[in-house]
Formats: sequence, structure tokens, C-alpha cells
Amino acid sequence: MTGVQTNEGGVTDVQTKQNAEPVPKQGVDLPRRRGWRPHPVIVVLAGALIVVGLTYVLPPFRNYQLATVGAYLCVTAGLTVLTGLNGQLSLGHGALMATGAYTLALTQNKFENLPLSFAAAIAVTTVAGAIIGLAAARLRGPYLAGLTLAVAIVVPSVASTFDETFNSDQGLSVMLNPPPEQFPMEQWQAWLCWSAALIVVLLLALLSRGRFGRDMRAVRDDETAAKLAGVNIARTQVLAFVASAACAGVAGALFAVLAQSVSPGAFPLTLSLFLLMAIVIGGLGSLFGALWGALLLVVLPALSQSVSEQAGSQRLEGNLALIVFGVVLVVVMLAAPGGLASIPSRISRMLRRNR
Amino acid sequence: MKRIAASALAVALLAAGCTNEGGGGSGGTGGDVPGVTDTSIVVGTHMPLTGPAAAGYSKIAPATKAYFDYVNANGGVHGRKIEYKVKDDAYNPANTQTVVRELVLQDKVFAILNGLGTPTHTGVLDFLKTNRVPDLFVASGSRSWNQADKYPGTFGFNPDYTVEGKILATHVKETYAGKKTCFLGQDDDFGRDSLLGVKKILGTVAAEEKYVTSSPNVGPQIGAFKAAGCEVVILATIPPFTALSIGTAAKIAYKPQFVVSNVGADPTTVAKTLGDAAPLMEGLVAANYLPLNTDESNPWIQLFQKVNKEHNAGAEFDNNVVYGMSVGYLFVQALQSAGKDLTRDKIVEVVQKNGFQGPGLVPLRFSAQDHSGYGGEQLTKIEKGKAVYFGTPYTTDDGDGPVTPYTNQPVTPPQSGVPAA
Repeated sequence: MTGVQTNEGGVTDVQTKQNAEPVPKQGVDLPRRRGWRPHPVIVVLAGALIVVGLTYVLPPFRNYQLATVGAYLCVTAGLTVLTGLNGQLSLGHGALMATGAYTLALTQNKFENLPLSFAAAIAVTTVAGAIIGLAAARLRGPYLAGLTLAVAIVVPSVASTFDETFNSDQGLSVMLNPPPEQFPMEQWQAWLCWSAALIVVLLLALLSRGRFGRDMRAVRDDETAAKLAGVNIARTQVLAFVASAACAGVAGALFAVLAQSVSPGAFPLTLSLFLLMAIVIGGLGSLFGALWGALLLVVLPALSQSVSEQAGSQRLEGNLALIVFGVVLVVVMLAAPGGLASIPSRISRMLRRNR
Repeated sequence: MKRIAASALAVALLAAGCTNEGGGGSGGTGGDVPGVTDTSIVVGTHMPLTGPAAAGYSKIAPATKAYFDYVNANGGVHGRKIEYKVKDDAYNPANTQTVVRELVLQDKVFAILNGLGTPTHTGVLDFLKTNRVPDLFVASGSRSWNQADKYPGTFGFNPDYTVEGKILATHVKETYAGKKTCFLGQDDDFGRDSLLGVKKILGTVAAEEKYVTSSPNVGPQIGAFKAAGCEVVILATIPPFTALSIGTAAKIAYKPQFVVSNVGADPTTVAKTLGDAAPLMEGLVAANYLPLNTDESNPWIQLFQKVNKEHNAGAEFDNNVVYGMSVGYLFVQALQSAGKDLTRDKIVEVVQKNGFQGPGLVPLRFSAQDHSGYGGEQLTKIEKGKAVYFGTPYTTDDGDGPVTPYTNQPVTPPQSGVPAA
């Protein structure tokens, strides 16, 4: 057991695979026992630098895809915190995105002020999240999934029942002023989406690091124990849902800006399911997993499209992405049950064990 | 670990950026017109190949492509072969955004041709305008495509739904004078524009109802028509809802005269949905502006059937195939007029100049001020399971202009089947 040389004093977790707490060597090492973790601000700044760099080297269409990844990241990050850290399963995040998107479209078409529209989108989605969250906090497991599923399904009906406002299946177009002359449209979109995404990720990282993060995990793991420890369970669950909903609202608003239109068809039930699949594949509860998930949501459909084009089957295009997603999910769950985000630590652990 | 993840993301994106780069038809010969080389022209489209609107409509793009293959086999246009890139958007506006960007920015297409759908195509108008991409012959009858000042590169193909509504209503007014007429329309531009046209002629209808595609049930609407005693029902519906309306009426023993919009009346598609109940379509009145698929004596149909057999793997020959090939024919005509030195401005210019004579029964309306497609329709009736034309074609405008008969004889296709320069 003690054969490992600890020259840097950092590698002490020879056998921590089942959360077996290693005995802290001298107490001073305690914060380091899970490896070196930079502060979220540093990670986000590094991410911002990478993204800005990428927007200058990538061709326009790749920039647009990059922007889409950013928009997806907002919602997957929020969802992974809700599902992974707080244990609440939501199938309705597509509907929350629709709420954000429609609010942005309506506000933007009325006032033509993008910051104001974003604020409105976040505010309205937060309220919607609070209402659903209040109901959701009383439900567990499949019942919670059922409630959120109903929310996802109701979107087209709402749009057609109040067609004076939402214009039914046709949806609304979003009035947008073009970006300043010197910036290409796609670059500007990438910057907009990634600024939002990085802010969202930073806030979520700070949130889940602190006391609230501990509360969320405690509620997820054992409600009774958490209650005994003085955690207000309902409050934690509702707040987690609200935070997650606000993130979905941001994502929806970004999609409305990217597509310059909103319609129920853009937020189908499958979107909610894809989001959930993406965070599971990426690694539940991990913000980096959310990044991987967002990346997959953009890359896999594009990839399967080019595959089916080469195969020469036009009909396959729309359906192949579903199959690919399913296969990836199965493979990842078999090979790395913790999701893609867990692979680097698995590898390093394996290497250390074999040394 | 985070470093690894971040750098892996960067690498993945870069790799993705590089791999597909070579696939695009990058203009080689020093000419700076996107999608055009000395030997090829790349054009693209977005179509519902899967999803709710795929029934019937998914056959249009393969038919257009088949016609282009036919032209390519006959030497192409000014020595250039036409490559048609078809992308599936599943009738979802969010997908349309992505695939059209891919076509324009990645594949560098010369033009977008016949993009299908009102909600889908509306979202890309601004993008295409900013990138100065010609947006030709949109596959929808919305009046949005006719905004020459705002979208100078966008042109429609179908007669707009208001024109159609006026023509259908004129028939109703003349043939079923004094009968109670009602209207069922899709809850979007399609239904609304159509109702506008109907009301311009009839003044008012006894009852008007609407439906949404996401809710496949028209029981309440048809029930309301029966209760109101409607004797004639005008439908602005897509094929599945035409079938649904006819079937629902039969179920409650209600037999009005149905008068159906062109986009929802392809007998092959509707009959397939109705199944054993297909005979219910007998006597249905609709309208069209292209030769009918069953009219085998028509030289256009003979040409298209030949192309269909040789280049479309003998796909079931319905009006969607006729439509797709007519679009292809018109685009080749435009390329021929634009001449050897093809540019984006040039193609917009020749389309505005118009003067195209093709399979259509009525003229196209293109001019510098007018970017809407065909200007009229002729009525059809279903007899023994087949649609047949009756009367004369009518033309009109989307305003208060009169509905007038159009008497010029249709032209026949050239011997080679490829329009001359």
C-alpha cells in the first residue's frame, strides 16, 4: 500500500475508488486530496480565451456551430446540476427553453432592445421554474418525471390555443439588428452565446461549490439525513429547480436569437430527452460533462448527416442521429459509467494502479 | 483534467473544421462566384425528408435532382453540370437555420432553390439576404416571398394562397350560387391568406374554422359545419388534413361539396391516407397550375415520366414528382438565359426579366417589382379516382383585381427535354 512515492505530496489517493477516505497524511493535505482544482474563475477565463481564439480561426459555419454549442451548454449545465447534484429528473427543460425563447421574441419585437429581452426571458423562465419547482418538490422519481413530461408536451397546445400571441405552429420571427459592421455575424453569435454560457457555468460552479452545493448533494443522497442535519429539503429542491430553469431560459433566448424565429417545432419532446441523454453521456453532475454533452448535441447530428449523405440515403438523415445517440449512450455507459467527463480520471487512476 | 477537456474540445472543433472543409465545392478556376466553376454549379435546398410534412413533399427534391441528372446527361448547361445538395430539415425551423447555413457557408452553394415551407423558410430570409444568396422559387404560397424591396433575391414559385382562394371562391360563387359556404384553414399564413382571397370574392362565409398540424383531430370543426348547415366546404389544408376532413365528415354522415387548395389535393397522397375510404374523394374539386400526373397524353408528362424512369429509379409518379421536375426545368431555363458568365446578380436579373414558358398553364409573374410565382390556377375534379381539368385557367392578383380566364395555349417541351439557351 505504501509503495507509491509521494514526492510531490499530491498523490495520496492510491485506493480511493470507492470513496474510501484516505487517511489524511498530516491534515494539511486535506483540501488537496481530490487532486488540484483551479478556481472556477480561472477555468472560465481560460475557456473564454480559447473560445475567442477559436472564433478567429474557425470558418463561419463552424463559428455558428460553436455558438450553438454555447447555447446548449447553458441548458445542459443547468440540467446536470439539477439532475446530477440534486437528484431531480426533469424531462421538461425543452419547454422551459421555449418559455425563454418566446419571451425573448415577444419582448424583442415590442421594444427591440436585446439586453432587456434577455432580462425578460430570464425573469419569466425563473417564475415558470418556481411554479413547476414548487409542484416538483412534492414529487419523487417517476412522478416528477411525469409532471415535467407533461410540461414538455403542452408547448404546441399553448402556442395554438393562444394563437393571437404565439401564432400557432408557424411561430414568431425575431427582429434583430445586425451586429456592428466589422464583425461577421457568426463570430458575433459565437461571442454572444459563449459569454452567456460562461457566465452561467461560472455561477453554477460557484453555487455548487458552496454551502448550497452541499445542501443539494445532501438532499440527493439521503433526504432524512439531510433533514436531520438541518437542511430545508423543499427549499433546496425548489431553488435548484429555479436556478436550472433560469439557465434553460437563457439557452432558449439564445436559440431564438440564433434562429431569428421561435416555433413549437423547435422545442419538441425529443429535445428534452436529448438534453437528458447528453448530460448522462457527458457525465452526470459534472459541468465538464455538460460541456461534452453540449458538444455531442451539435456534433452527432452533423456527423450522422454527413454519414447518411455519403451512404446516399436521404430518408435516413433525420433518423440516424437518434440511432447514433442511442449507440453512443450504450457504449459510454458500458465503458465509462461516469460519463465522458470521468474518462481522464479513470485513465490516470488506471495508470497509477499499474505503475 | 479540465485542461485536457478544454484542449480536447478545441481539437475536436478544429478537426471538425478541417475534415469537412475539403468536401465543399470550392470554386477552382479563379472565378469568384461561389458554387460556380467552369464545369459545375452547386445549388442547395432544405426539404422535409423526415418528420410531419414528409408525406408526399419528400418526393419533390429527388424529382428535381432527377431532372438535373437528365440535363447533366445531356451535356449540362453551358458546359456546367448541376449538383443539387438536398438537406433534411424535418420541417423544423431550427434545423432549417443550421442546414441553410451549412449550405451557404460550408458547401458554398451558388443559390438556394425551392426551399420548402412557410415557417421554415421565413427564418432564413434575412440570412440569405445578408449573404447575397439568390433564393429562388420557394416551395410555398406565402406572400412573404414577394417583397422585392426588402428581399431582392427571393422569388416564389407556387401561386400565392390569396390568388388561389379567389379562384376557388369564384368557382363556388358561379357553380354553387346561393349555397351556404364554409371554410377550414390551417392556423398560419396558409389558412389566413387563403381565407382573405375567399372573402374578397364571397364577401363572407357562413362559418370559418381552423386547425393546427400538431393536433390531428378535426371532429369539432366538421361538426360545427354540419350544425351550421354548410353545403360547400373550402379547405386550405395539407394532404393529411384533407383526408382527415373528408373522413370525419363521412363518419358523421355529412356530405358537403369539398373544394380544396392545390397544396392539399394531390389525389395520390390523399388517397393513400384515406386507404379503403378513397372513393369518398369522388367529385372533389381542387385546382392546379401544372400538368396532372395522370394525363399521359400531355407531352410534359411524357417527358417527366421518361426522366423519372431513367434518373429517379422509377419512383411512384404523382403530382409531387411533376412539381419537382417543373422547378428543375424553370431553374435550367433561368441558367440558360443567364448565359456563360454566370453570377448571382445575373441570375436575379434574368428571373426578374421573366418570359419563361414551361409546363405551367398560366404565366409566372416575375418582374422587378413582383417576385411572386405563378399567377393563377385551373380547376380540377376527381372522376373515377383521377383528377381531371375542367373549364379554363384563371389568373388574378392578391389584391382586388378581377379573376379573368387565361386563354393562351400551353407550350410543348423542346424535343431534347432541355430548354434551349
